[in-house]
Amino acid sequence: MGTGRLYAAVAAGGFRRYATYRVATAAGVFTNTVFGFILAYTYLALWHEKPHLGGYDQAQALTYVWVGQAMFAVMVLGSVGFEEELIERIRTGDIAVDLYRPVDLQMWWLAADMGRALFQLLGRGVVPMVCGALFFDLALPSGPLPWLACLVAVVLGAVVSFAIRYIVALWAFWLLDGAGAMQITWLTGVFFSGMLLPLNVFPGALGDLARLLPWSALLQAPADVLLGEADPWGTYAFQLAWAAALLAVGRLIQSAATRKVVVQGG
Amino acid sequence: MYSRVRDGLRAYRMIAAMWIRSTMAYRASFAMTTFGNFAATSFDFVAILLMFSQVDELGGYTLPEIALLYGTSGVAFGLADLMIGSMDRLGRRVRDGTLDTLLVRPVPVLAQVAADKFALRRLGRITQGLFVLGYALTTLDIVWTPAKVLMIPLMVCSGGLIFAAVFVAGAAFQFVAQDASEVQNAFTYGGATLLQYPPALFAKDLLRGVTFVLPLAFVNWVPGLYVLGRPYPLDLPTWLAFAPPLVGVACCALAGLAWRAGLRSYRSTGS
Repeated sequence: MGTGRLYAAVAAGGFRRYATYRVATAAGVFTNTVFGFILAYTYLALWHEKPHLGGYDQAQALTYVWVGQAMFAVMVLGSVGFEEELIERIRTGDIAVDLYRPVDLQMWWLAADMGRALFQLLGRGVVPMVCGALFFDLALPSGPLPWLACLVAVVLGAVVSFAIRYIVALWAFWLLDGAGAMQITWLTGVFFSGMLLPLNVFPGALGDLARLLPWSALLQAPADVLLGEADPWGTYAFQLAWAAALLAVGRLIQSAATRKVVVQGG
Repeated sequence: MYSRVRDGLRAYRMIAAMWIRSTMAYRASFAMTTFGNFAATSFDFVAILLMFSQVDELGGYTLPEIALLYGTSGVAFGLADLMIGSMDRLGRRVRDGTLDTLLVRPVPVLAQVAADKFALRRLGRITQGLFVLGYALTTLDIVWTPAKVLMIPLMVCSGGLIFAAVFVAGAAFQFVAQDASEVQNAFTYGGATLLQYPPALFAKDLLRGVTFVLPLAFVNWVPGLYVLGRPYPLDLPTWLAFAPPLVGVACCALAGLAWRAGLRSYRSTGS
């Protein structure tokens, strides 16, 4: 079996695993839609008070809300993905078995997480977006090209999201308990991805900083590509740079951690 | 009936005390998770502050006015979350069969589920809500009457009851739909988020829904707008501002009925 086919099979496994939970997915769609409505009304009030806030018009701001709800599960903003399981495997020592497998640990989890992200995009992304488009006037592109450009940004964003969570999970080798690290990542992720408020509404230096951090690749970047507010190629370059850097850091930590592994018997 | 309630409360107290003791075995960890809970809930108020760095009013309301709504909603929800926030784990218990263990014990199941994993760290959310409420009360320009002063603790307590009823009703629903705990989140966390903003922002149909169907509006909108001296967007008599305790008790009674119906319909998975 070629490595390409192996990772494709792992990704398909990740997809199927989440596809099993149909009721949970429907429940998630419901929750995303409810939150989408609440946010949409607050944004309407905000943009009514100050039209063209952050360079968006009202329709663009509303579109941003629903892109955010569609990305919520895909980018693992405010929930947990594979990292919980990886931390558990590190804590229990099962990781030793994983390290003996003739596959790359990071690539294995990346493939599985991509499968999960694809399912969440179809399962929890599409329906809230359609709901939003039915109830509000959104600034959705008419041609297929901006959608395609956005999709590329979503894929790259998902890789950045994985790379961040992989680094967080590996800290369990030293901390043995990932809860604190996961909570901090979750908080910074929600805030700096633009989930609470678009980053271009953040004032001054805070806004500039937020746009440089990796989390802006998760939501702000794909949203701006869809809204035609950002040049796709520049966005891809930004996302790729963060993906490469964070994956490399993850790999460094991984090799440091595996040298340190002490398998306890029992 | 009375003795069952007393038994239930006693069991709840004992299970909760057990969880508190076990948490206190790791004090540093307790301090960190409580702070994390505090910080996590602070972020949505930070988002409101960021909004107000760009505008002076939102839907015609100033920052202190929104802070009053936010603080009362936050503390009321925090109280319910502290008391019975673990109810959303019921679906998992039904799925993995651990609910069966609770059924054979001579203690009301509701008390056992409600006190399960009692998490004192949730004081972080209440503290955060109290801070915002304190900020609102010190900056608001209100002519305080005895009724308005009394209204604040009244809102928080009856709001807690209303949210608690939503938690219990949500858990009862999970007897039917086992892995739909997210639906519960939409009403609990979603409801708390909705109430942080003034009702003037939302569509009339939505307001009717949360006033007459699922009466979340009685947590803080209806009584809160009385304190602020503003009319509620729907045509309601003024005395309804004093109705929250009644609404809270009625909600809890209905949620209790739903819970009993759910429990009676329970068929173990046998695993």
